Amino acid sequence: MIFVWHIAVDPVANILGAILLIGLSGLPGLFIKRPGPGQKMSVVITICASILGMTGAMRILGGAPSVNYLLEWPIPFFDPCMLSADPLSALFLLPLLLSASCSSIYGLAYISASEHPGTEKQVTFFSGLLLASMASVLVARNGVLLLFAWEIMALSSWLLLMTNKKDAEVQRAGMVYLLCTHTGTMALFVLFSLLRAESGSFLFPAIHSLTTGGLTLPIILLAALIGFGAKAGIMPMHIWLPGAHANAPSHVSALMSGIMLKIGLYGIIRVVSFFVELPLWFGWLILSLGIISAVTGIVMATAQRDLKRILACSSIENIGIISIGLGIALVGMQSGNRLLVVFGLVGAFMHIINHALFKPLLFLGSGVIIHATGTRQIDRMGGLSITLPRTAPLFLVGCLAICGLPPLNGFVGELFLYFAAFSNGISAPLPVVAFIAPILALVGGLALITFVKLYGTIFLGTARDASATKGGEAPFAMLIPMILLTLACLITGVFAPLLLNLVEPVVVDYAAVPVELFERLVSIVPLQQLTMINGLLLLVILVIWVSWRFIVQRAPLATTETWGCGYLLPSRRMQYTGSSFSSLFTGLLRGSGGDGNRHPVLQGMFPASAGFASPTTERILDKIIIPILLGADWCLAWLRRTQSGHLHFYILYIFATLFVLMLWSHQ
Amino acid sequence: MISLADQLLVLVMLINFIMLGTSRLAFAIRAVAAQGVVLGIIPGLIHPFSGHLLVITVSMIVAKGLFIPWLINDAVRKAQIRREVEPFIGYVPTLILGAVFTTLAFVFAQKLPLAPEHRELLFVPASLATLMTGFLLLTTRKKAISQVIGYLVLENGIFIFGLLLTEAMPFMVEAAALLDLLVGVFVMGIVINHISREFSSVDTSRLQALREE
Repeated sequence: MIFVWHIAVDPVANILGAILLIGLSGLPGLFIKRPGPGQKMSVVITICASILGMTGAMRILGGAPSVNYLLEWPIPFFDPCMLSADPLSALFLLPLLLSASCSSIYGLAYISASEHPGTEKQVTFFSGLLLASMASVLVARNGVLLLFAWEIMALSSWLLLMTNKKDAEVQRAGMVYLLCTHTGTMALFVLFSLLRAESGSFLFPAIHSLTTGGLTLPIILLAALIGFGAKAGIMPMHIWLPGAHANAPSHVSALMSGIMLKIGLYGIIRVVSFFVELPLWFGWLILSLGIISAVTGIVMATAQRDLKRILACSSIENIGIISIGLGIALVGMQSGNRLLVVFGLVGAFMHIINHALFKPLLFLGSGVIIHATGTRQIDRMGGLSITLPRTAPLFLVGCLAICGLPPLNGFVGELFLYFAAFSNGISAPLPVVAFIAPILALVGGLALITFVKLYGTIFLGTARDASATKGGEAPFAMLIPMILLTLACLITGVFAPLLLNLVEPVVVDYAAVPVELFERLVSIVPLQQLTMINGLLLLVILVIWVSWRFIVQRAPLATTETWGCGYLLPSRRMQYTGSSFSSLFTGLLRGSGGDGNRHPVLQGMFPASAGFASPTTERILDKIIIPILLGADWCLAWLRRTQSGHLHFYILYIFATLFVLMLWSHQ
Repeated sequence: MISLADQLLVLVMLINFIMLGTSRLAFAIRAVAAQGVVLGIIPGLIHPFSGHLLVITVSMIVAKGLFIPWLINDAVRKAQIRREVEPFIGYVPTLILGAVFTTLAFVFAQKLPLAPEHRELLFVPASLATLMTGFLLLTTRKKAISQVIGYLVLENGIFIFGLLLTEAMPFMVEAAALLDLLVGVFVMGIVINHISREFSSVDTSRLQALREE
């Protein structure tokens, strides 16, 4: 009885129970023949489990002692399976569980049983599995268990991505994703084997306890960077990301972008915490990769024309910003600069939460838009603020938040990074860090260009292609999660101290900073004033909006073609498109490798008809990675002869191996 | 008793040669059944009587001597084939290879770091020789049914090795090995059926049409 009570009140047990429930939520549906009830059941289970898990996570962040659960499992050699949750896990669990509820409610209407008989069951089941496996990665305290969860996460997300498996583009994206994730897992095998060799057990070592030196430490750190970074989408390892995010069902993209990328970052953050001393170059490496990801990611986003690819590329940018924060903190740790540690970590953690709020919001919004237009090409859309009157403001909030504009939450996290850069520029042991401020400003500016283009092209004007106007406003099941996320964005944006309270125990625990010091350092940032200004700003916006609505209702506006510019017979094809909006900027970048457009060659007085094509290219994948792989294929072609396809030869290989081993054992 | 076991093991090795040398499938199936029965008797000769032993002996004889041969015979009847027509390597060369491998097995067994009580017995060389015969059958024969027979012989080799450990090895492991074998035979049976239906022959070398280019 006492035991049961203990389980019921223990926060870690709550979280574990929530994980189990979510993981199994799609299971009953598989056995119910009739489509529909299984999906509804899974939504109810997921919401209950999320609430249970979130209370657990909140209590851990509030300082409740966390218990370690040791399970003896029947796998020899791999040490007992240990599960636990500390503030760091809890911080990642919160947005995960929120997104779990949101995406499952959304899925109810997006992959509805009536329209997708058959697929809805598998999508529901694998979504639950994906969420549970991601949460298991967060609570695993054993390397092998983490790898199990990691592989389930990779495969269930791949299966979700392959929902429309007949589409050639989906197949390509799935193949690239599968290759990338398995390459990453390979690095993780190296990582955990070396960690075991260092600590003597697959169980995670205590925080800041390993004193590894020599060559092992760099290899461990690089393996973690490659293995976890490939999932996080840090720049050279991002190639799977745009395709996978674009081709998955929208609520799955929301999970992948909002949560799964962060799980990769969690891995890096966790592994780094094992060591007493880190080499300084690792901090700089993360910092510079973060800068590259942020700038290149947003530049890629600006040039894209596919709605979900824009969002995916912007995810790379946001991961870059988080990595910048992490890099600042690591550099600070090694140079003994507490201010850099605190501000870098606070910025990174805040941005992790923020991005996990507004990016799912945008992806869910993109699902509504795709339902309404039947396309992902923003150059064919337009005027959706009339057909989607409820989605439009929600999407706008997401766009503003992701640009980091003040009344919303994206601003707060970046503010801390700016403070880290500026205040360090004043008291300067490492003056280089100050350069992060202009880089962040550049990234913010480019994000603004991208999202003005995105929102303007989709929602303003009129439809650029008559065929892209097939649907209307989304059902409530799709709107409710978006409203929830919008409210979360507004609340965390206006009441920034709330966000700081969430992050504080994590930073204090992770960086071993005394609470007083943390509070003294953080007090430089005028969060109270910020709250007042943000509240005021929000109030002003509300007043203006209400009075504008009032005016509009009194005096009906004359409806005419948008951007007609006085021309009498404008056609919908004459509007600005997203491409023309960003063409100035993409033109500036043309020197760096071409825009991939195929221009027609016109010759003679009366040129024959010619075509112009503007394909989207994934430059790094198409120009660098695939040639390298083709080269490897060419070099290793002789190996392919061993794959004869004859069963007998394969048996012969086994036989030969056995024979050689027997001979060898006699030496 | 032990010397009788050794003589039976010699018999097992002779049966190996029968299987390498014959082209008639029905004969090979009967040979493998006989080998199974002989192997089923051996544990009774070398270990003191116990319930555990009885179960193993009976289940071995029933499974390897009766049930599995019956399954394969059934498959032969359905697929309507009598002979292994064109092996990759002819019968005489395989017989010679079999002899070479059996000799090698004895050489290996001499050099293995065995427990002293196992050193003088034929168990280890017989096991290795049977194992290699199984491999030889698997690699040289084309028909799926010959492959199943090869698989059975391979398993017999492993079983002989396991005889040394009957007392140390828990019953569950043996049961699991038997089950494994049974499942393997079933799967092969399904494969045979499908191959013969798709390609109207049971030639496994045609499976290479499925190879990824």
